[in-house]
Amino acid sequence: MREAVAEFARPVMLYSIGKDSSAMLHIAQKAFAPGKPPFPLLHIDTTWKFREMIAFRDATAARLGLELIVHVNEEGLKRGISPIASGSALHTQVMKTEALRQALDKGRFDAAFGGARRDEEKSRAKERIFSHRSAAHAWDPRHQRPELWRLFNTRIGPGESMRVFPLSNWTELDVWEYIRAEQIPVVPLYFAKERPVVERDGQLIMVDDDRLPLAAGERPRRMRVRFRTLGCYPLTGAIRSDADTIDAVIDEMRRSAQSERQGRIIDRDEQASMERKKREGYF
Amino acid sequence: MDAVVETARAVVAADAAAARPPLRFLTCGSVDDGKSTLIGRLLYEQRLIFDDQLAALADDSRRFGTNGAEIDYALLLDGLEVEREQGITVDVAYRYFATPRRAFVVADTPGHEQYTRNMATGASNAELAVLLVDARKGLLAQTRRHAIIADLLGIRHVVLAVNKMDLVAYDRAAFDDIVAAFRRFCDGLGFEDVTCIPLSARFGDNVSRHSPRMAWYAGPTLLAHLENVDAGEARVAAPFRFPVQWVNRPDSEFRGFSGTIAAGSVRIGDEIVALPSGRLTRVASILGAEGETAVAEAGEAVTLTLADEIDVARGDMLAAARERPAVADQFAAHIVWMAEERLLPGRSYLMKINHATLPATITELKHRIDIETLAGLAAKTLALNEVGVVNLSLARPVPFDPYAVNRTTGAFILIDRHSNATVAAGMIDFPLRRAINIHQQNLTVTKAARSALKPHKPAVLWFTGLPGAGKSTIANLVEAALNARGAHTLLLDGDNLRHGLNRDLGFTEADRVENIRRVGEVAKLLTEAGLLVLCSFISPFRAERRMVRELLQPGEFIEIFVDTPLAQCIARDPKGLYRRALAGEIRNFTGVDQPYQPPENPELHLPAGRVEAAALAQQVVDELLRRKIL
Repeated sequence: MREAVAEFARPVMLYSIGKDSSAMLHIAQKAFAPGKPPFPLLHIDTTWKFREMIAFRDATAARLGLELIVHVNEEGLKRGISPIASGSALHTQVMKTEALRQALDKGRFDAAFGGARRDEEKSRAKERIFSHRSAAHAWDPRHQRPELWRLFNTRIGPGESMRVFPLSNWTELDVWEYIRAEQIPVVPLYFAKERPVVERDGQLIMVDDDRLPLAAGERPRRMRVRFRTLGCYPLTGAIRSDADTIDAVIDEMRRSAQSERQGRIIDRDEQASMERKKREGYF
Repeated sequence: MDAVVETARAVVAADAAAARPPLRFLTCGSVDDGKSTLIGRLLYEQRLIFDDQLAALADDSRRFGTNGAEIDYALLLDGLEVEREQGITVDVAYRYFATPRRAFVVADTPGHEQYTRNMATGASNAELAVLLVDARKGLLAQTRRHAIIADLLGIRHVVLAVNKMDLVAYDRAAFDDIVAAFRRFCDGLGFEDVTCIPLSARFGDNVSRHSPRMAWYAGPTLLAHLENVDAGEARVAAPFRFPVQWVNRPDSEFRGFSGTIAAGSVRIGDEIVALPSGRLTRVASILGAEGETAVAEAGEAVTLTLADEIDVARGDMLAAARERPAVADQFAAHIVWMAEERLLPGRSYLMKINHATLPATITELKHRIDIETLAGLAAKTLALNEVGVVNLSLARPVPFDPYAVNRTTGAFILIDRHSNATVAAGMIDFPLRRAINIHQQNLTVTKAARSALKPHKPAVLWFTGLPGAGKSTIANLVEAALNARGAHTLLLDGDNLRHGLNRDLGFTEADRVENIRRVGEVAKLLTEAGLLVLCSFISPFRAERRMVRELLQPGEFIEIFVDTPLAQCIARDPKGLYRRALAGEIRNFTGVDQPYQPPENPELHLPAGRVEAAALAQQVVDELLRRKIL
C-alpha cells in the first residue's frame, strides 16, 4: 500500500464493505499511522446491497474520518437493470463492472486497491499484486508483468491504471484470524441470527426488502443463518449456522467442507466466469 | 504494505499452525513430470479441497482430464481457460495450505523450455524448490536448467522428487541411479541441503504417507520433509538493513521513515547510517504493527523516527553504522532476460532496486551462461529466457549488498522505458568500484566560464529522421548561418564519425545504440567547452535520443525531427542506399528492415517533405533566437 501511495498520483481504495475490505482498511490505517490513509474509499453501489452493509459502510467512514465516494451506475438504473429482471450476469456487468470503470474514470484514479485474494478462485491464483490495466481497464492474463521479490514495477502509460491487491497471499482463514486478533468490526451479517429467507435452487436467499418478488406460495421462513461472503442480496446465498461469534465462525470454517464462493451465484453461471469478468475490468 | 501483511500473517500463523512463518516453496519440472498432480494430491490427502471444488474437479476431469474416469488432480491448479485447453500451466500460480504443523505457500511454475522467466519469478520469493523428475526418464536438460535457476535465484534447499515410481515397478536401483547423477551435478552449485524422495503423485506413494511398496526407502515423506525443513534464512542475525519505502509526514510534527526491515534487527538508540548520504544518526522511536515498540526485526514493517533531522528520501537505505552495505554506481550482476525484445548493451533502462527507481545502462555483457552446463558463452545480446553476466552503470550511487549475502537488498529489476515492461531480473555480484573513492576532479575553469567567452549558450541541435530525409543538408545550412553570426559550432555527422571514432561499429541494433552513446558523450564534452553542437544522425530509437537528452543540462538538447515521408526518401535516395536495401543487398537499413521511431515531442518538427531546405534552416535559427540560445 505504501508502495502504491509512493508511486501513484491518485490512488483509491475499492471498499466493498466485506470482511476482506475491513481487513485491508485496517492494515491501511496501520501502514500510514500516525497519519490517516492518504486516499479516499470508493464503493460501487448496485442499489441491491444488504441494508446492513450500507449502514456499516457509512458508520465506518464516519468513524475513521475518511472520504467515501459512492458510485451508482445511473444509466444502468434508468435502463432498469436489476438482478431480478436482468439476470445475474447482466446485472454484474452493468452495475458492477461498468460502474467501476465509470467511477475510476471519473475520479481519474491511477491505482485502485482491492481486497481480492489468490485463494478465492483459480484465475485469481495467477493474479499479480500490482496488476496492470489498459486504458480501457482490461486485464490481459497473457501479458502480465513478472513480479520478482518485492520489486513491483509500477510504471504505467497515459490513461492506464494499476489494480493493487495487498491481500493476495491471504486465505479466508487468515482474514478471519486477523479480524479476531485485531478485533476489527465487520458487518453483522457474517454472524448467525434469525433472518427471513427463501430457498431457491438450493440457495438460501435473504428477503432484505420488498423488492424480491416471491413466487406463488413462496413464504419467507425465519431461519438461523449467516453469510460467508457479501454482495447483492438476491445473488448471495446464506448458510445455516449457529456461529454467532468470531470464535464460532473460525471454528465452523475449520470444519467446513465448502469453499466460500459456494454462495456466489455469479460464479456458477459458467465455467471460468471470473476470468472473463476480469478481462472486462471487474476486480 | 506487503510486509505489513507478512507481519499480520505471522500473528495469524502463531495461532493456527506452529509459530513459524509459512514455508514458501516452488515446484518445477518438465512437462508431464506431474507437478500439478503432486500438489493436487497433497491438497487432497490433507483434506484441503472443499466439496464444491471437488465436485467441479470431477466434472472437469471428465471434460479435460487425461486419466479417464479417474480424478485428474492437475486440473485443480491449472487456472486460466487458455491453459486448461492446452493442458499446460503458462504462468506462476500460487496455492495456500496449512497442516496442523506448518503453513505453506506453493508457487507452481511451468516446465516448458521457453518459460525460464516464470520459474525465476516463482523462485525469487521461495525458500525451497521441489524439482520433479520422471523415474523413467531420469535427469533431463530441463532438470539441470531448473536446478541452475533455483541456485541462481539463491534457493538453498532442494527436494528432488523422483515421480512416477509406479511406472518403474518401484525399483530402488532406478531411484539410486538418478540420485547419484543429481548429487554429482549439484557439486557445482551452492545448495545447502538436497533431499531425494521416490514417490508416485498419482497413487500417493510417499507424498504424505509412507509407501509399503517402497519399504526400501527409509527417508521422510515429501510432506514430512516440508513440515520439518528449516529453511529460515539467518536474516535476523545479519546486519540491520532498512530500505526506505515511504517518508511519512502526516503533519509538521511527525517525520518518520516507513519500510520493511530486510535484515537484522533494530532497537531504539541504535546508531545507524543513512545511505547514500552517509549521515549518522540514532533511532528515536519505532512504530510497529502493534504500535510503539522498543525493538523490531527482519520481516517486520515499521516506521522509524530519527534523532537528527537528516535528509532521507524514498529509495535510500538506513543501515547499521558499523556494518554498512556497499554504495556504488557501478556493479557486476547476473541477469535473467525476460522480454521478447533483446537486451541492448548501452541502452538506458530503468532500474528498480529496493525502493529506488533510476536510469541504468548495461555497460558490458561479459558473457551469456549456458544454463544446462553453466559454461560461459561469448554474446553481444541476450534473448528472452537467457542468463548473462553484466556490468551496469547507474545514474547515481545506490546502497546494496551482494545477492549472495542478502536476497532483498541485492536484487533488482530492469524496466523498459517505453513499454514499461519488466525486462530483466538481476542479482548483484559485487560493486565494481566504490563510489566513495571517486572524487570528481574539481576544475577551476567552469563550464559557465568557458561559455561566457561565446556570444551564445551551449546547446546540442539533434537532427533525427530517415536516411535521405535531408538532415545533413539542413544541418550544413544551419551551421553556415550560425558561423556567419559568429557562433562557435561543430557539426557531428553520422557518416563522418563512422570513419573514425565509430569505425568499429556496424549497423545492428546493439551497435547503433553504442554509436549514439558515443556521439552523446562527445556532444556533451563539446557543450562543456561552450560550443553549439549540430548532430546529424538517423538515431532511430527513442531510448537513445532520450539517453543523450539526459546527459545534458535541461534546455540544452534541441531535438529536431526532419520529417520526410518514406516514399519521398526512397524517391530521392541520394546515396543509392534504399535501392540496395530494397534489393536485399544491405541489411538493418532504417525504414526498410529496421524500424524508425519518430520523436513524440520534438523541440522542432520540420515538414521536410514540403518545404525547401533553406527555409527549414531559417526555422532552426529562428527557434534558437526564440529560445535565447543565440
